[in-house]
Amino acid sequence: MHEFIEAFRFIAHDGAVPGGPALPSLTHLALETLKVSAIGVAISVAIAVPLGVWLGHVHRGSFLAINVGNIGRALPSLAVLAIGDAFLGLGLTVVELALVVLAVPPIVTNAYLGVDGVDRDLVDAAKGMGMSGWEILKRVELPLAVPLLFAGIRTAAVFVVSTTTIASLAGFSGSLGDVIANETSYHFSGVLGAAICVAALALTVEGVLMLVQRALTPRGLRLEALERAAVEHPAAAVVT
Amino acid sequence: MALAALTASGPLIAAAGEPVIPNYGAQSSSCEIHNHFFCASWVSHNWDSVLWPALRDHILLALVAVSIGFVIAMALALAAHRYGWVERPTVIFTTILYTIPSLALFELLAAPVGLNVFSAEIALVSYTLLILFRNILAGLRAVPTEVLDAAEGMGMSRVQALLRVELPLALPAIVAGLRIAVVTIIALATVVYVIYNRGLGVPIHTALGEGPFKTELIAAGGLAILLALVADGLLVLLQRLLTPWARAQTT
Repeated sequence: MHEFIEAFRFIAHDGAVPGGPALPSLTHLALETLKVSAIGVAISVAIAVPLGVWLGHVHRGSFLAINVGNIGRALPSLAVLAIGDAFLGLGLTVVELALVVLAVPPIVTNAYLGVDGVDRDLVDAAKGMGMSGWEILKRVELPLAVPLLFAGIRTAAVFVVSTTTIASLAGFSGSLGDVIANETSYHFSGVLGAAICVAALALTVEGVLMLVQRALTPRGLRLEALERAAVEHPAAAVVT
Repeated sequence: MALAALTASGPLIAAAGEPVIPNYGAQSSSCEIHNHFFCASWVSHNWDSVLWPALRDHILLALVAVSIGFVIAMALALAAHRYGWVERPTVIFTTILYTIPSLALFELLAAPVGLNVFSAEIALVSYTLLILFRNILAGLRAVPTEVLDAAEGMGMSRVQALLRVELPLALPAIVAGLRIAVVTIIALATVVYVIYNRGLGVPIHTALGEGPFKTELIAAGGLAILLALVADGLLVLLQRLLTPWARAQTT
């Protein structure tokens, strides 16, 4: 328990090590972690959502959309970062590239499953009402796909925050992982304090995304669609 | 930032512009000295001493974690299937465990448990629970009521119905959960080395410190990915063997 008390003292001092050299504050590192993660998620969403939604809308490429998710899960973050480091040199660009490689698959898979799984009768009814393909996508398919689509983004966000901290092990600096990877300067109390901050940060990000998901999901649709998806699509997101 | 020098774990310092030379003694080939894309000779020289032990430990770490996780998740899922109120707290708790980044969870466990195999396994197990619980429960719930009524009509007890009707029918969903759990754990186990010096993370860590030394990175990272894909394939085969009726239906 003593270690935890020391760890909370480290957090209370915002990451200052008594008698040690001046190091970046915990607040600064937490904000850097958020920034790196947010850029990664934003790029991934910009690439993966249109791709997955389009594939689902035209009901094509199911093999691709589902298997890309399975292969994405098999990629170890540390290996992706390390290989990026070996060939391109580790900087913000390579870290973001690794984040995108890891975050795109779950989003594509879930966006595809969400849109593809919309009841065909509903789409036919919308067609009968005279809606164009674009209108059907915007007013019928997308609202119904929100729970699965968002589950994919949240699963990706879990990977991204986790990978951003692991990037410090590969030598990137600019995240809370820096403290965890540098026990020499911060001692174990600092490592533990940073680990607590990382856990709190990840849980907060998840909590906020969950609230956004709730706000965007049409009433009457909550959870039921996800329960179904878990049975029908083993490749669907883990965090729902 | 200045931290870069501190966080990189002891790279060999080379003169500016000179390639970093991993110290592999007299055996070093020119490919290794110049850190080319991939040196097959290094892999064959170091398979027995570096790569195979790491791969073997990695398999063991993952196998133990998924087995223990499966037993716990199965117990929780059966409880939730019987008593509905168990589901919500279990989902909330396992989601929290799943959300905590691996690097943080390993360190959080190292404080009370120590830098040993137990911390490593507890962390890995905790990442399997959400995946396995969700899939097992979904599989059990998807069994049609008529089938259960028929089992009851045949005079089966609750336990008999569970063992002979519900679990076999839930098998595809259960194996689907196992596949995700196995692949996830094999990927995550590369970070175990920060608290317990075993698994494919060890050669990745060494290679990062040495330059980075590309051959070792590609070999160790590639083995982790390959292991995940092979394990996934084996589970698909297992499912086919265990559910011959599903094959008869689809073909």
